[in-house]
Formats: sequence, structure tokens, C-alpha cells
Amino acid sequence: MSFFRKFTEGLAKTSKNLRDKIQEIFRPGAVTEEFLEDLEAILLQADVGVRATQEICESLRLESKKRAIRSEDELYEILTAKVKEIFDAIYQPLKVSEVNPTVYILVGVNGSGKTTTIAKIAKLWIDQGKKVIVAAADTFRAAAEDQLAIWAERVGAEIVSHQHGADPGAVAFDAARAALARKADLLLVDTAGRLHTKKNLMEELKKIVRVVAREIPGAPHEVLLVIDGTTGQNGLSQARVFAESVDVTGICLTKLDGSSKGGIALAIAKELRIPVKFVGMGEGVDDLKVFDPEAFARGLFSKGS
Amino acid sequence: MKSRKMAFENLAEKLAQTFKRLRGKGKLSEKDVDEALREVRLSLLEADVNFKVVKEFVAAVKERCLDSEVLESLTPAQQVIKIVNQELISLLGGKARPLDLSGNPPVVIALFGLQGSGKTTAAGKLALHLKKNGRKVLCVSCDVYRPAAQKQLELIAERAQVGFFTMDPNTPPEVIAKKGVEKAISAAQDVVIVDTAGRMQVDADMMEEARRIKEAIDPRESILVADAMTGQEACKVALAFDEVVGITGIILTKVDSDARGGAALSIAKVTGKPIKFVSTGEKLEDFQVFHPDRMASRILGMGDVLTLIEKAEAAFDQKKAAEMEKKLRRKEFTLEDFLDQMKEVKKMGSFGDLLRMIPGFGRAHVDVDIDPKEWVKIEAIINSMTPLERRKPEIIDGSRKRRIARGSGTQVQDINRLLKQFFQARKMLFQMSSPEKTGRFRLT
Ligand SMILES: Nc1nc2c(ncn2[C@@H]2O[C@H](COP(=O)(O)OP(=O)(O)OP(=O)(O)O)[C@@H](O)[C@H]2O)c(=O)[nH]1
Ligand SMILES: [Mg+2]
Repeated sequence: MSFFRKFTEGLAKTSKNLRDKIQEIFRPGAVTEEFLEDLEAILLQADVGVRATQEICESLRLESKKRAIRSEDELYEILTAKVKEIFDAIYQPLKVSEVNPTVYILVGVNGSGKTTTIAKIAKLWIDQGKKVIVAAADTFRAAAEDQLAIWAERVGAEIVSHQHGADPGAVAFDAARAALARKADLLLVDTAGRLHTKKNLMEELKKIVRVVAREIPGAPHEVLLVIDGTTGQNGLSQARVFAESVDVTGICLTKLDGSSKGGIALAIAKELRIPVKFVGMGEGVDDLKVFDPEAFARGLFSKGS
Repeated sequence: MKSRKMAFENLAEKLAQTFKRLRGKGKLSEKDVDEALREVRLSLLEADVNFKVVKEFVAAVKERCLDSEVLESLTPAQQVIKIVNQELISLLGGKARPLDLSGNPPVVIALFGLQGSGKTTAAGKLALHLKKNGRKVLCVSCDVYRPAAQKQLELIAERAQVGFFTMDPNTPPEVIAKKGVEKAISAAQDVVIVDTAGRMQVDADMMEEARRIKEAIDPRESILVADAMTGQEACKVALAFDEVVGITGIILTKVDSDARGGAALSIAKVTGKPIKFVSTGEKLEDFQVFHPDRMASRILGMGDVLTLIEKAEAAFDQKKAAEMEKKLRRKEFTLEDFLDQMKEVKKMGSFGDLLRMIPGFGRAHVDVDIDPKEWVKIEAIINSMTPLERRKPEIIDGSRKRRIARGSGTQVQDINRLLKQFFQARKMLFQMSSPEKTGRFRLT
């Protein structure tokens, strides 16, 4: 319950705007064309995208034909339910292996927040008394290993890293071995940022995943695609291509502490059926929330319970 | 597959379809133009142009459409595209704008932006760019927050072989910036590039810090570094940074993604500031002067359409092309045609190059390039086929492949590769040649 409140609070800034706007445009009675137009504007401006927006508006229109929607509350309920439904349909709890170690690999385009999110997830586990190893498989970006090393030290995780420019597959291999040998509960693999349009880099990523899978049966338990919450419609393309290359199991939506609404996650959920697992809400190690579809849906439209 | 298809479902095609439908009713009316502009609107929204910017933009375009001969034109779709394209280019600043490097050295350039937008890499790229133009450059890191950010710039500066300066991360960033500029003066540098920490425009403290940095060093250029993949918030972000530090220009990063890059338009429109450079890859050299016309085509999802048209027009044998177009409309395209086409294509450079000009089609997905050395092989293979096989390559099974391979002195893989290329090419050609196309893909 307390977690739930925390999460909702985090989204409050986001949702308050949206809510105010909806209140502004809502007139009791039937759902008018004018209303739908305004709703469309709100969703589009939240980066939900043309297609998902049109579908949501259309289904609300149909709904309103079936019954008169008379109050704001009712409208919120319907909209919330629609968004929640989309996430509920694909909901998957975060996978934790019964046999140690659990392995998560974080992937994504440059600068989306992979390394920071690794630190945050590590902190979450370490706070529960778990042993965490992070693998510096970004051997490409200048000072990437140093960045991860600093985070690891701050949160109390062990780190496996090679020289700059080393084969990321080899780092993953060593890290997997180390995680087994040192009986770690969780292995987090940080990978270099890569644009999904770079075929060779996507191949490199596949290799990292293969290496981990070979060394640790059942791994990786999650391949998390880190998407910047300010991303526009390209997020769909990112998700599509990353999912085609490596089996993306979930999304970490970062930087929701800004003014962006992260609506692209809704489009991704709708079109590609990839669930959101974590939400990043700041640069500190504690600024991570486990994604809760219920709370997200409420956050978008509710009166902010 | 989906992404491939989408590249061709672009604005030009949609407009052509809309107008085709409207044409049936005779002379076009204002309402018809509205309907066509709906397609423009959707296309821009899909490209992430800000909702409000789209609204104003479309209104402006409409006015021009009604003023001009669009209503009477026989090719209204092309007219609309032309107007939209012109308006986009002018909003994006018309032509490339250079950096302001005038006045007494050192010229101070400060980079600002959201977290992860690519400031540090851009700092290094800009440094290298200026160094190649004969300037002595010092890079200064004021990012005391992100772990190892200073180290990152130090390594990049080293790689670009330019100077680097920073101070202990407990030092206030504005002090580091100031000392950095002093260092540049004493070391007789021409340019100082000051990299700052990423910050959210809603973070009042951090924006206040940005203002202090700006005041401490009074930069000639305050550059906003923005990610080409940014969505609707690009406007608010740009406005906020402009208000606090007074931006003088923009560097657009990650342009090597397949994002249509509508954020560029949003930012240019709301700030009125020019985009100066685009960052297009992992290497420090992947950094270019911004060209509004290219970005306009990209936002429209049309690639370098004009270049494409020009190239195609220059290379194709008109008569042959007309024949080919008829065939394509009947959805006929055989391996013999393929051979003919490949000969034509050879005249205009590689097919892959041509396709790569179409954004969204993507650098990643193009696999149709044919190595000149392959030519001989391809001809040999096709010549070893029976007429039926050439007309209906679908029937070529394993045993036929082996026979053809033997006949042409090649391997079965070669046959497979050729067929794959053929099927890809055929598919694309059919898509490009649905009737009532605007001029761009018409081969005549
Ligand atoms: N405000 C905010 N900033 C974040 C969040 N997550 C990450 N960042 C910041 O975004 C920037 C990039 O984060 P990184 O974790 O280095 O991103 P990355 O994906 O590892 O980047 P590369 O490895 O360079 O591709 C840093 O300045 C982080 O502090 C978030 O949830 N909120
Ligand atoms: Mg990283």
C-alpha cells in the first residue's frame, strides 16, 4: 500500500496536468465530438501516438453510444479501465529465478538510462540483503566502466569489468562465471547504448545474450529495454527492433521526473505487447519504482487517489 | 517487414490517394484541401512534430494552398507536397547556418540539454570539427554529477587531440566553467567548449545553476543539444532552456536513428533558433552541418525525394521506363525485367544507396546492394534458367536450384541470394508503382 502511494505520488505531477485538462474539457452529458477532439489532443501530446490515440478515442465513442456517460467520475473510470486493460492483458511479474543467480540484461539506445537503472535495480536488491554483481559489458563508450564502477561502489555491488574496448561477450562470460562462483543472487549486465538501426551492434547484443544463456541455465531472466520517457514515436521502432533481436521481456521507462508523460509506453504495450517493468523518476539510486499497471492507469487519468 | 512497408506508405502516397478520390467529384474545393491536409497533419504528428506546432503549420500551409493553383492543378498532390516542403524548409531556417566564431578569441561555446541527449559526445565532435578547421580547442567539463562524466570528456578530448580542463567535482560548475575559460585565454586557445550536466527543464535548482554557468562565462554560442528521437515535450524543453540561458543554436543528435525527427521542427519553430549541426554516429567524425532541406524530406518521410527524382530521371531510358511502369501496374516483374532493371540501376549508382535515401526504410534493413563482381554471376544464373523459371521464379525448388547452379558454374547459395534479392526488389517495385503515384516514384 505504501509503495502504491509512493508510485502514485511520483506520477502525480504527470497526471495532474492531464486530469486538469480533462476536467477542463469535460462537460457532463454525452461524449461530444468536441470532447473527443480534445481528448485526442491530450493523448497525442502525451506521446501516445496517432494510432493508439485514435483507438482509445474510438472505443470511448462506441462506449458512449451504448450508454450515456454522465459524470466526470464515470469518464475517468472508463478511461482508466481502458489504459489499465491494455497493460493488464500483458502483465508479467518481474522474473526471479528459483536457482541463483537471477540475470537481467539491460539494453537500449544511447543515453536512455541503462547504467543508472542498473544502479537503481542493484540498490533495490541489496536493500533486501541480496548479493548483486554488475557486469560492465559496455566496453565501448568512453568512461562507461568508470561510471558503472562508481555506481557499484555507491550501492555496494560487486563489479566484473575488462579493459576498455574488450569483447563485451567476454565480459558477460566472466560475469556469469563470477556470479555462479560467488553465489550472487542477481547479475545485472550493463550494455553499451546502441541505436536499433545498427545491424552489427544488434548482432553484438545477441551474442551477449547467448553467452549468458549458455553459462547460466534459464538466463537471462529478463532482458529489459530502457526507454527514455521523453521519446516520441521512435520508441515503437526501438522496441520493435530490439525485441526482434533479443527477446525483450520488459521496458524500463526512465526520466518520468521531467514533464514528459511516457505515453509511448502505452503505444508499445498496445502494438507490441511488451510490458513496462520499472519506472525511473530521477537520478538518485532510490528513484526507481516497480511498474504497477493499476497505478499507471490511475496515474494517467484518476483524481489522484 | 512492417518498417519497410511504412516507408512507402508515406505522405506523398497518401496525398495522391486522397486527391484521386476527390478528383472523381470534379473541381477541388476548400473542403477537399482540408481533407488532404488531414493527411499532412497525421504525417507530421507521426513524425513527432509538436501538436500545437502542427496546428499552426497546417493552417499556414492551407492558406498558401488556397492562394495558389492547387485547386486547379492537375497534380494537386505534388503541389501540396511542394508547399509543405517549402514551408518546412523555411521553418527549419532555410539554409545551413554557421557557428558564430567572430570576435576576440577564445570564443566560448556552452552546451546545455536534458540528460542523455548527447552533450558530452557532441562536445568532442564539435571540438574535432573546429580543430579540423584549424582552431585550437579546449574542452571543459562542468558535469560534476553524473559519475565519470568528467572522465568521459577527458577521454574524448584526448581522442580528438584537443585540450581538456576540469576541476574537483566538489567545485561549483560555474567556477569550473570560469576557470576553464581563463585557462583557454592563458593557453591562447581559439575556442572553449563547455560541457554541462544534463538537467530537466522542470528542475528549478538545476536550471538556476545553468543560468549561473551562462553568466559566469557569457558564451558567444549557447547550444541546446537535443535528441532527434524526442517526442512532444521538445517544445517545452527548448523554450525553458531558451528562457534561462538564451540559446543561440541547436545540435540535433542521434540522427542516425530512424526517427523522423519532428522534434527538430518543434524546436526550431518555438525558439526561432537555427539548428547548426547534426550528430550522426558513434565516431567523432560523424558530425555534419545541418541541412534544412534534408531534414524537411525526412520529417515528411520522403527521404531525399528530390535527389531521388533527379537521379532516376537522369538515368532511366524514358521509353523503357514507361514500358516497365505498365508492367509493374499489372504486377508483372520477371527475372528478365530484373536483369534489365539492374542494368539501369547500375547507371545511377547502387540500388541500396538509392533506397537508403528513404528514411524509415532505414540503413539497417537494406539488403539489395549488388556487388559489381556479382553482375557476371547474376547474368550467368539467369541465363541458365528456363523461360518458365524466369517468368515464375517461385517454382524454383531445390532440384532446379542445383541444376541452375551447375549450369551457371555457381553455388546453390548464389541462387538463393539472387532470388532473395529479386523477391525483395519485386516487392518494393510493386509497392512503389501502385497507380496514381506522384511523380517521385514514377519511372517516366
Ligand atoms: N532525471 C532523470 N535522469 C535520469 C534518469 N535515468 C537516467 N538519468 C540520467 O540520464 C543520463 C544518462 O544515463 P545513463 O544511465 O548514463 O544512460 P545509459 O543508457 O547508460 O547511457 P549510455 O551508456 O551512454 O548509452 C544520466 O545523466 C543519468 O543521470 C531518470 O529517471 N531521471
Ligand atoms: Mg551506460
